[in-house]
Amino acid sequence: MTLRNGRLGRALSLATAITASALIPAQANAGGGTLTVAMTAGDIPVTAGTPDQGFEGLRFVGFSIYDALVRWDLSHSDKPSDIVPGLATSWDIDPVNHKRWIFHLRDGVKWHDGCPFSADDVIWNFGRMNDQKSPQFYTQQYAFNRGYMTNFDSIEKIDDHTVAINTKFVESLFPYTMSYVVMVSKCRAETLKYDWQAFASTPSGTGPYRVDRFVPHERLELVPNKDYWDKNRIPKQDRMVLLPMPEASTRVAALLSGQVNFVEAPPPDAIPRLKGAGMQIVMNTYPHNWPYILNFVHGPFTDERVRKAANYALNRDDFVDLLGGTAIPDYATMPPTTPYYGHPKLYKYDAERAAALLKEAGCLPCNITLAMSTSGSGQMQPLPMNELLKSQLEAVGFKVDFKVMDWNSLIEIGRSGVVKYENIDGYNGSRALLDPVSALIKPVAKAYWSPAGSNWGHFYSDDTEQTAQAILTEFDPDKRLALLTKLHEEESAHAVMIWVVHDLNPRALSPKVHGFVQSQNWFQDMTPITVDP
Amino acid sequence: MLTLVGRRILYAIPIAIGVSIVCFSLVYLAPGDPLQLLLPPDAPADAVAMIKHAYGFDRPIPVQYVLWLWRVLHGDFGVSIATRRPVLLEVSGSLYNTCMLTLFAVPIAFVIGYSFGAIAGCFPGKWIDRVVTGTAVMGVSLPNYWVGIVLVIAFSVEIIALPATGMGRGGSAGFNPLVWADAQYMILPVITLAMVPIGILARSTRAAVAEVQGLDFVTTLRAKGLSESAVIRHVLKNAMAPVLAVMGLQFGYLMGGSILIETVFTWPGSGFLLSKSIINRDIPVLQGAILVLAMIFVATNLCVDLLQAMIDPRIRRA
Repeated sequence: MTLRNGRLGRALSLATAITASALIPAQANAGGGTLTVAMTAGDIPVTAGTPDQGFEGLRFVGFSIYDALVRWDLSHSDKPSDIVPGLATSWDIDPVNHKRWIFHLRDGVKWHDGCPFSADDVIWNFGRMNDQKSPQFYTQQYAFNRGYMTNFDSIEKIDDHTVAINTKFVESLFPYTMSYVVMVSKCRAETLKYDWQAFASTPSGTGPYRVDRFVPHERLELVPNKDYWDKNRIPKQDRMVLLPMPEASTRVAALLSGQVNFVEAPPPDAIPRLKGAGMQIVMNTYPHNWPYILNFVHGPFTDERVRKAANYALNRDDFVDLLGGTAIPDYATMPPTTPYYGHPKLYKYDAERAAALLKEAGCLPCNITLAMSTSGSGQMQPLPMNELLKSQLEAVGFKVDFKVMDWNSLIEIGRSGVVKYENIDGYNGSRALLDPVSALIKPVAKAYWSPAGSNWGHFYSDDTEQTAQAILTEFDPDKRLALLTKLHEEESAHAVMIWVVHDLNPRALSPKVHGFVQSQNWFQDMTPITVDP
Repeated sequence: MLTLVGRRILYAIPIAIGVSIVCFSLVYLAPGDPLQLLLPPDAPADAVAMIKHAYGFDRPIPVQYVLWLWRVLHGDFGVSIATRRPVLLEVSGSLYNTCMLTLFAVPIAFVIGYSFGAIAGCFPGKWIDRVVTGTAVMGVSLPNYWVGIVLVIAFSVEIIALPATGMGRGGSAGFNPLVWADAQYMILPVITLAMVPIGILARSTRAAVAEVQGLDFVTTLRAKGLSESAVIRHVLKNAMAPVLAVMGLQFGYLMGGSILIETVFTWPGSGFLLSKSIINRDIPVLQGAILVLAMIFVATNLCVDLLQAMIDPRIRRA
């Protein structure tokens, strides 16, 4: 395989073209049809609030049945999505107390059970997730929301349509966190006497879909909520059926045989076959990357030259070829369409430079131990990709020892951090880069050193630390954007990861499916879709 | 015979206790943390401690075992970490779905496997023996998940004759194997599931029949002038004991569900449940499912032992 110039641009153009091909206007047909989705999840995501099964759970279940105070604008495919008003029409920071956020709630919203939505519901929901003494406290939801409650301190009602959320520390990006916290109906929970298993079977939210039928582990059938507060997002299809189908070849067969009409993550080698059968293949850039997260306490990657050498050693175009064009090369943390991408240092393939850097660092052969999983959420094709990675690293002087394990074992390494796993020089964990805190700040800020946070390898440098702090205390959006861009560039300068590829998140759709817009996001809006009979 | 039944049941008790210890402790040997299903990677220490306490994972493992065993003996297998549904409900539902497949796969596998094996055993070295043995080797050697995928490609994708996946248009709720609309979903998984037992049984039966054919009493029977069909009846009866043991093992395997086949066909059976529980480290479900399946295995073996004793007086006397 050889390096081909302009590959990134061509891949992006291809992705845009393919995406554009899916932007077929929703046909006006008498019925919207039944959209049957084959998810990659092994089970129906939890329906009693914040779901499990990662962001796929939120994508198909969480944001279908429920709303959060803040939601993601998923209506465009040609630009990165950002947060917009959800159950809150607006929010602002208290001018005299930067740890107090005021959320103005939407009037006239009704739960699926008919009860009106108000500030009391929001207060009650935060109690459900945080207050162990409240009758509505639910351990599972406490756990599922921990990552979003790091900075939550307390909540108070100002009036029926206004609440104030107090945070533990000043965080200008706090509203992004609120986009993941979905609200469930207090009315329904009280009627069911807080029987959360019963609630999971008959959930009630304010979202664009209501649950019509639920067969645990097998299928979840949703129908449009005709009273949805956002009239533009009342689902156009008659019914959406969600099926867990973890086996990729099964999803492909189900699509080809007509059992489903919307398939998540078809394997790259099946795409030509699917195209040949007339299926639509859609993909788009989105905030995901497939990097190696490094150890900054022990081993060769404590030396910045070794980190740079590893980045120069990789010919990312080969990875794109391996993945059949379902990815783009990753030279920095964020994909190039990100508003705060800036001008990061790009470590384009240069084997000679990589070898020279290793020699300069006195690390030849440079023995490294890397942990990788055989599969997992967002892990793409870890076995062939890591074989390629090993061959390219070893070609410049690294000696790679892989510790291969299942996904949960790798998560255990990621959770425990570098203190417990000091002999691991890096681990291969795909990352969701949806909000700037998760994408940029957590991997480098000292406050997030593992095991308390996701700075796994205990990275620290004065410049990134100062910039991260400045971002959290900057409330002017333009100035904050400039700081985020600076941090992104600083992370590249320090080579804080080994960047490999950004996934393009391929999906396969039956030719009968119309109106799907694949946003540059982990979440997608299913409401505009119609399906021909 | 009653003494034998009592003795066998007594033998089964320590086996059951051993199985319970193994299935409880094995899941703790695997790396990974059951809490990772619930908590994000950067969950603070107090949240981890709170969840550990809420789910009882903060106690020493022997204490957890005793408490678990006590609850199990009272019919309480706990609740799933993932779904918060009772484990017994999860296991019984999935076991019922696996039974649907097994109840059809077992007679197919046993009848075909035994018949082919008996025919081959009666004509050792002949062309029919070679055909059956070759086919049986193929049945055992082909990975069944691969066979499943090939069948799906052939019958669901190329000639859209049978559904590729799932358990009917409405799922397992209301599934009726006697109605064609539902039954068609079973055909490919049942065929795939029966492939390996057919091969194993054919080979075992063939070996047992061929061995008995060479025994002195068969020569004596023929010398006494018995018709060939009468001789074959004696041969088959004498070859039955080892074949029964193999059938029992295969029945146990089939009841345990095939993780691979149920995943390929997205069949919500016990194998699929086990697979999900392993991936999610849903320890209560994993422990409950393994225990129930192991008990089925123990009970199956007990039945086979007793059947063998009924057929073969030498076993009763042993």
